[in-house]
Amino acid sequence: MSDVILEMRNITKTFPGVKALDNVTFSVKQGEIHALVGENGAGKSTLMKVLSGVYPHGTYSGDIYFEGRECRFQDIHHSEEVGLVIIHQELALVPYLSIAENMFLGNERAQNGVIDWNDTISKTKELLDRVGLHESPDALITNMGVGKQQLVEIAKALAKKVKLLILDEPTASLNDSDSEKLLGLLLQFKENGISSILISHKLSEVNKVADSITILRDGATIETLDCRKDKITEDRIIRGMVGRDLTHRFPPRDSKIGDVIFEVRNWNVYHPIHEDRKVSNNVNINVRKGEVVGISGLMGAGRTELAMSIFGRSYGTRISGTAYKHGQETDISTIDKAISSGIAYATEDRKVYGLVLIQEIKENITLANLEEVSDGGIVINEPKEMTVTSEYRDKLNIKSSSIRQLALNLSGGNQQKVVLSKWLFANPDILILDEPTRGIDVGAKYEIYTIINRLASEGKGIIFISSELPEILGICDRIYVMRDGKIVGEMPASEASQEIVMKRIMTEQEVMG
Amino acid sequence: MKTLTALFKNNIREYGMLIALIAVMLFFQGTTNGILFKPVNITNLVLQNSYIITMALGMLLIIVSGWIDLSVGSVVAVVGALAGVLMVRYDFNWVLTVAICLLVGAAIGAFQGYWVAYLKIPAFIVTLAGMLIFRGLTFILLQGESVGPFPRGFQNISSGFIPDFFNYPGFHLTTIVIGVLLSAVLIVLDMRARKNQQKYGFEVTSFYIFVAKNILITAAVMSLCYLMASYKGLPNVLILLFVMITFYAFVTSSSVIGRRIYAMGGNEKAAKLSGVNTARLLFYTFVNMGVLAATAGLIVAARLNSSTPNAGDGMELDVIAACFIGGASASGGIGKVIGAVVGAFLVGVLNNGMSIMGVGIDWQKVVKGLVLLAAVFFDVYNKNKSS
Repeated sequence: MSDVILEMRNITKTFPGVKALDNVTFSVKQGEIHALVGENGAGKSTLMKVLSGVYPHGTYSGDIYFEGRECRFQDIHHSEEVGLVIIHQELALVPYLSIAENMFLGNERAQNGVIDWNDTISKTKELLDRVGLHESPDALITNMGVGKQQLVEIAKALAKKVKLLILDEPTASLNDSDSEKLLGLLLQFKENGISSILISHKLSEVNKVADSITILRDGATIETLDCRKDKITEDRIIRGMVGRDLTHRFPPRDSKIGDVIFEVRNWNVYHPIHEDRKVSNNVNINVRKGEVVGISGLMGAGRTELAMSIFGRSYGTRISGTAYKHGQETDISTIDKAISSGIAYATEDRKVYGLVLIQEIKENITLANLEEVSDGGIVINEPKEMTVTSEYRDKLNIKSSSIRQLALNLSGGNQQKVVLSKWLFANPDILILDEPTRGIDVGAKYEIYTIINRLASEGKGIIFISSELPEILGICDRIYVMRDGKIVGEMPASEASQEIVMKRIMTEQEVMG
Repeated sequence: MKTLTALFKNNIREYGMLIALIAVMLFFQGTTNGILFKPVNITNLVLQNSYIITMALGMLLIIVSGWIDLSVGSVVAVVGALAGVLMVRYDFNWVLTVAICLLVGAAIGAFQGYWVAYLKIPAFIVTLAGMLIFRGLTFILLQGESVGPFPRGFQNISSGFIPDFFNYPGFHLTTIVIGVLLSAVLIVLDMRARKNQQKYGFEVTSFYIFVAKNILITAAVMSLCYLMASYKGLPNVLILLFVMITFYAFVTSSSVIGRRIYAMGGNEKAAKLSGVNTARLLFYTFVNMGVLAATAGLIVAARLNSSTPNAGDGMELDVIAACFIGGASASGGIGKVIGAVVGAFLVGVLNNGMSIMGVGIDWQKVVKGLVLLAAVFFDVYNKNKSS
């Protein structure tokens, strides 16, 4: 048993009315990277919360053995003491404190309550070196990108003498090169004997680094695959996750493309704080009726900034350029006007920008078009609201106990469907979708693609922003490539491949680098 | 069909508050040897709390928006002072004075709202400044002394009663008639709402609960009217309150503007990206607060029959407490008008009951503080349990 660092036996955890985990067994070997995959709601997070003591011993049944000893964690500090550190998707750093201060938060290098700053700084430097982050320990977290923050989190875990590192969707908000770096780090840790559990929806990276893969479905362990023995294909993993063969990851569709429905010309946007920085540089893009147009690019290429600046100038300053709808110049200078011009923007960050989490599904769906469910635009007709929002719930298959369930309590995929419903209900002609499938599971992704296809076939123009190339290639008719605020390429999807697009995305950097 | 337990569970906050209010009232009824429910005391209770409730209506919207207004006590004073100066020193007609004062209230709200909504200064700071500014202006206007008395018409806003058309000796029959009409209207409205829900195929409460609920409400309305009728009838201010509460309850629960305010308080960014003009909405929320604070200022001045420099001192705390006791969330997006009204009444009954019992002002504050803490704890506890 010495080569097994963690063993979870027959874990069952029930919430009122639901069995979240049903007799789950899960074990991690010493020094391996063990991927945990499954659709949203399969029980991955719950399992990790049981493991880390968020759900204390006694609230679940089953046993946990860590390094051969039985563990009964009462809280998260308890589990960290034995060397088990979890890094959540939402980073737990204090933005206005420095790296060094964050690094030892709750674990301060202090004597009699007085912080030893020299020790703190030098230890921080050492840890930053180990994760390959070249930043001053005094740098504030708020001034760093998500990728670097992620590295700080990992360094923080190292400071706690981590033996088993648990990463929940660590690359969800990272660009490809940062993801690459992070995965490299995991491999390096493995050399040093630190084991990891990697929860991820990105099967390609799971395949790249994992030694074993455990698949959860509906709160139960389906299987554990050993990647060292034989090559596991992504399709093989997906089959385990969804319990069926997903022969097509993208639904087929017939494109019936019409005239140009929307166009922006000479679009320039400056950064709201660094006012001499151009985030959109002379951008010209258009979308046709019934067409799905992809915008590809790295994170920071200016895709979201472009989309938001088009959507009622909700981002940036000194915006110039003109927008045309059906060839006529159209006023989209405020969000209100953009919506009445038939434009909708579904954000990449649904929790912060998309949903009012403490409100009901129905209230979220009607928010952008309350006039439609009100009498005279003043008094809300509640029965009508219930009826129309129920239709969207059925049409988009939003899984919920009722239309009055709070958005807070929905899974990521269903939250995304609520955001989509909101914008569909606003009945736009042009729909800008910013990373609509981020952080949601394979099954829900397929449903979202199907919805996009249906919208296109209804004659809407769709602008689809995504960091996942297969997805762009899978559902778009035409692809723009963006880099540093500029459109650097445009091609029909039929002529594109991952290599071609990637090359366009990277070219200048290669030349410069 | 929804069962009684489900009904209670879904509305535990509202019903809990109401039960607490009734329990407190019954408690004081006992300890004060029945003084609490005497018609004259009930009338007093309404008059004493009318301005708190008036301002709680506006404060609730501010708190739901995610902000706070600390200046309302000073606005009460400055508007009262202005009314006094206009009527006593300059002999203005009282109706004109009321109109001017309400406009000034709107202007004060606009002034503070502009700083908060457009210049993005936190409301806590803006209204803290306002609290000082308007208190100072009150002293300047009044030159440090009280101004009064006022014309009868103006006093009647607070201390008047609706006229009786029947002249039945010793009993205000018009009040009873109003009570009957009101009960009838409430029953008809509830029946229509229920029918409408059934038409759309939604779950409704069982018929027995529906009947029991309406009997209870009718009984409450009629016994209140009976109590009032055996004194001097319905006070003018109660009618005013009823109209305002109904209006704001409707606005918050059923209007587009109300829905947008809740969305803004729940997630300002998401509301903005859904086309809600959040800055303008917040601005008008403050304008509304200014008008309501001015209304309260007039009620206070009319009740005291003089404008005093210290009017409304500390009132903002009672108003804010009423909203939080009534279930509003300090982080915005959550809160109900009826909750704030019940919260205000609870504070009022505590004040009134303890005063009658002879409990000193010192202990009254301690008790109010503990009630506030307990009510908010109850909220947080419930929320944690349900998630």
